[in-house]
Amino acid sequence: MAARTVAKDIITLRGSAAIVSEFFGYAANSILYNRGVYPEESFAKVKKYGLPMLLTQDEGVKSFIADLTAQLSQWLEAGKLQRIVLVIMSKATGEVLERWNFSIETDSEVVEKGVSREKSDKEIMREIQAIMRQIASSITYLPCLDETCVFDVLAYTDKDVAVPFTWVESDPKLIANPQMVKLHSFDTKIHKVDTLVSYKNDEWEEQ
Amino acid sequence: MDAGSWSQSSSSKAKSRSPLQDRLIRRKNSRENLDRFIPNRSAMDFDFAHYMLTEGRKGKENPLVSSPSREAYQKQLAEALNMNRTRILAFKNKPPTPVELIPDHILNPPLHTKSTKPKRHIPQSSERTLDAPDIVDDFYLNLLDWGSSNVISIALGNTVYLWNASDSSTSELVTVDEGDGPVTSVSWAPDGRHIAIGLNNSHVQLWDSTSNRLLRTLKGGHRGRVGSLAWNNHILTTGGLDGRIINNDVRIRSNIVETYRGHQQEVCGLKWSSSGQQLASGGNDNLVHIWDNSMASSSSPTHWLHRLEDHIAAVKALAWCPFQGNLIATGGGGSDQCIKFWNTHTGACINSVNTGSQVCALLWNKNERELLSSHGFTQNQLILWKYPSMVKMAELTGHSSRVLHMTQSPDGCTAASAAADETLRFWNVFGTPELSKPKPRANPEPFAHINRIR
Repeated sequence: MAARTVAKDIITLRGSAAIVSEFFGYAANSILYNRGVYPEESFAKVKKYGLPMLLTQDEGVKSFIADLTAQLSQWLEAGKLQRIVLVIMSKATGEVLERWNFSIETDSEVVEKGVSREKSDKEIMREIQAIMRQIASSITYLPCLDETCVFDVLAYTDKDVAVPFTWVESDPKLIANPQMVKLHSFDTKIHKVDTLVSYKNDEWEEQ
Repeated sequence: MDAGSWSQSSSSKAKSRSPLQDRLIRRKNSRENLDRFIPNRSAMDFDFAHYMLTEGRKGKENPLVSSPSREAYQKQLAEALNMNRTRILAFKNKPPTPVELIPDHILNPPLHTKSTKPKRHIPQSSERTLDAPDIVDDFYLNLLDWGSSNVISIALGNTVYLWNASDSSTSELVTVDEGDGPVTSVSWAPDGRHIAIGLNNSHVQLWDSTSNRLLRTLKGGHRGRVGSLAWNNHILTTGGLDGRIINNDVRIRSNIVETYRGHQQEVCGLKWSSSGQQLASGGNDNLVHIWDNSMASSSSPTHWLHRLEDHIAAVKALAWCPFQGNLIATGGGGSDQCIKFWNTHTGACINSVNTGSQVCALLWNKNERELLSSHGFTQNQLILWKYPSMVKMAELTGHSSRVLHMTQSPDGCTAASAAADETLRFWNVFGTPELSKPKPRANPEPFAHINRIR
């Protein structure tokens, strides 16, 4: 009995990578929905993390995110991924309006020695749920996106990563003098993910 | 600290700086002891902060060591190190751009059409009516022109009158001798100061309207009355009863610089395109010619670029489209009654609409895609058409005889019409200046506002 309880809470590198990449898929969908990058009607509701989550039904976006998370879990398993950034830009001007920043800290001991860690699924889910709630509520303070926007995803990897031929090197697409809000983080004991959103400074308010 | 500008995580940093490893692990453990005020320090980069504090102080303590070149080197080194730590990657295939969002799609263009169109009230009656006694009731003449200095010239019998639209004052420019008249055409030069007057005796006079002085008389070009005039900078083009079209350079002594041969009968319509590249002429022989400047030569008569033979009555009404350089609208007389649209590059007829009455004059709205036509029997009305659908937007009645001439105010908002009923009427069909000016600005305004919010 005691042995089973221990086995249940064991988390491997592979499992952790799956959790993180899946988290990113849902987070990206939630951001695209809540920030209105794609029309509301192109999303469908599913239950995940004990929350109603919205997933895009647009085939193009769907396959983009699927390809992305597949590549991310590969890098996560190798411990090469430092950060994922979802960038929202103006379609007309290309100006960067928002950066959703997910920094990832990997326990190097797990990657190098192949050991596993202990943390219950439930606890991780609870942490992720808190982040998802924060993403959904972020529309209350983020500036309105009143123009048509496009998004892109940047992956910050270690330098020694071979660039897959479907990827290209990019500039960081930074926002000059941004406002920043730190959201909750979650930790699988192998990957620790910190979430932060930075957005274009609201100069108008200061007038 | 910008989340993106420092792409380091403490673990990778620890690898590159092994001496710090012990301290780092210790701190990792101590993170569990949460501070009451700063419950989570994970977003702080202590390594970087430590470096900034210590390195910064070193530089200050020892100013001799830090030379500009050394600083630049250090900066470059730091940059290079930073770059070496990370690689920023993005998918080559970008996610599909959203199909135009509802706000952009629906709010913009339909808002523009839906809100501005009903807003613009088109008065059904003329704003103002002036008497025009003794106006010659002749379809082939061009007796009304509104100059760029906001002064209307109108020929009534042997006299040319000037009516200043800014202060409503009237003055007489000239009364020609009984034998020379009546005046068969008037046209303002682009400067709004000089005016050309075509006469029944085949002469053309040039007047300075500010000093009421006759500057010169052009003779010998035509063998009959000069019923149509058109300016192209310093070139005055004249069309006569003899079917000739002549370009006169008003600056030089031998003024005739070019002749166009193509019409067999009286030329009653003449208009230069706004680019000054093409001239359209309409005649009593039911023909429209498009002449191109590039084909001109001073030695021999110029050949036409296009001969348009679709009208079956005299063509006096000609109007170049202000928003599409190669589009012209032409209107036919009594037995034709059609407005036709032509591509003047290809000579193709784009559209033809039967109006049910002779077309005396045509004016484009400079602000909207609309065309105003003036007609004769039976309604003697003005019709405002939506282009290109050619839906009738308004029919303006008031004249009791055929509306021979139309001209447009310099601001493009008002049309003036002179009819055989001896009246000159003003119509605010194209919108008032107050309304038409803010309209184009009204749309960018909410967006400028939003840009300021962000």
